[in-house]
Amino acid sequence: MIDACDHCEQLLQPYLDRVLSEEERLTAEAHLAECAWCSNRYRFEADLRQIVKSSCAGAMPPDLKQKLAALRTPLL
Amino acid sequence: MSDTAESDGRRIAGEARDRVRFEEEALELADQVFRVARGLVNSREEAEDLVQETYARAFRSWRSFTPGTNLRAWLLRILTNLNIDRGRRRQRNPDPQPLEEGDYFLYNKLEQSAGRPLEEEQVVERLSQNDVVDALTAVPHDFRDVLVLVDIGDFSYQDAAQILDIPIGTVMSRLHRARRALKRELAERSVETP
Repeated sequence: MIDACDHCEQLLQPYLDRVLSEEERLTAEAHLAECAWCSNRYRFEADLRQIVKSSCAGAMPPDLKQKLAALRTPLL
Repeated sequence: MSDTAESDGRRIAGEARDRVRFEEEALELADQVFRVARGLVNSREEAEDLVQETYARAFRSWRSFTPGTNLRAWLLRILTNLNIDRGRRRQRNPDPQPLEEGDYFLYNKLEQSAGRPLEEEQVVERLSQNDVVDALTAVPHDFRDVLVLVDIGDFSYQDAAQILDIPIGTVMSRLHRARRALKRELAERSVETP
C-alpha cells in the first residue's frame, strides 16, 4: 500500500492547480491537517510558484511602449 | 454625394474606428505580453524584439482577430509562433528526462544542504531570484512555453493548448515535466551555493 505522504506528494501539483476531484482534495486536506512534513512542502510549492511568477514581473521598459505605439497604423 | 460614396465613406470610417479600438486594446495588454515574452526567451533584449515583432504582425493582421474573443491569447499565439519561426528550436524535441524525483525533491535537497531541520520560510530563503531566472532558462523550451503560459501568464490549460496548438493532455504532461525540470535545475543552483 502506498505511504500516505507519498500519496500526498503525488496530489501536490493537481491540488495547487485545483483540478483534484472532491474526494482527492479532501484526502489531501485531511492528511495535510495532521502532517507538518507534507504541509510545509505544500506551502513551499505555493511560495515557489509565486517566486517564479515574480521572476518575470519586471515592468516593460517605457521606450518599448513608445515603440509599440509607433507601430500603429497612422490615421489618414 | 452619391449613396454608394456615402456608404463607402461610412464603411471606411467604421473600419478605422474598429482598427483604432483594436490597437488600443492590444497596447493595453503589452505589459502582460512582455512578461510572457520575458519568460520564453533568454534575455530582456530578445523579449523586447519579440514583443515588437508580435505587435507589428498583430497590427498588420488585425482583421483576422474575431472581436469578443480572447485578445491576449490571440497576441500570445502570434508571439509563440514567431518565437518558433525564429529557428530558436531546431532539434528541440523535449528531452524525456527521467522523473524519478518527486515533487518534494527540491525542498528535501534544500533542507538537507542546511544540515538541520528548517522552517518552511527558511527553506524559501535559500532560493534566490537570480537562480530562479537561470533555472527557468535551462528548462527545455517546449516545456518552458507551457510553464510560462500557465504559471506566469495565468492561462488555463485550455487556452495554453490553443495558443501552442497542442492537445490539452500534452499541456498537462509538459507542465508536469516543466515544473519538475525547473526544480531539478533550481536544486543544482541553490544547493551548490555555500
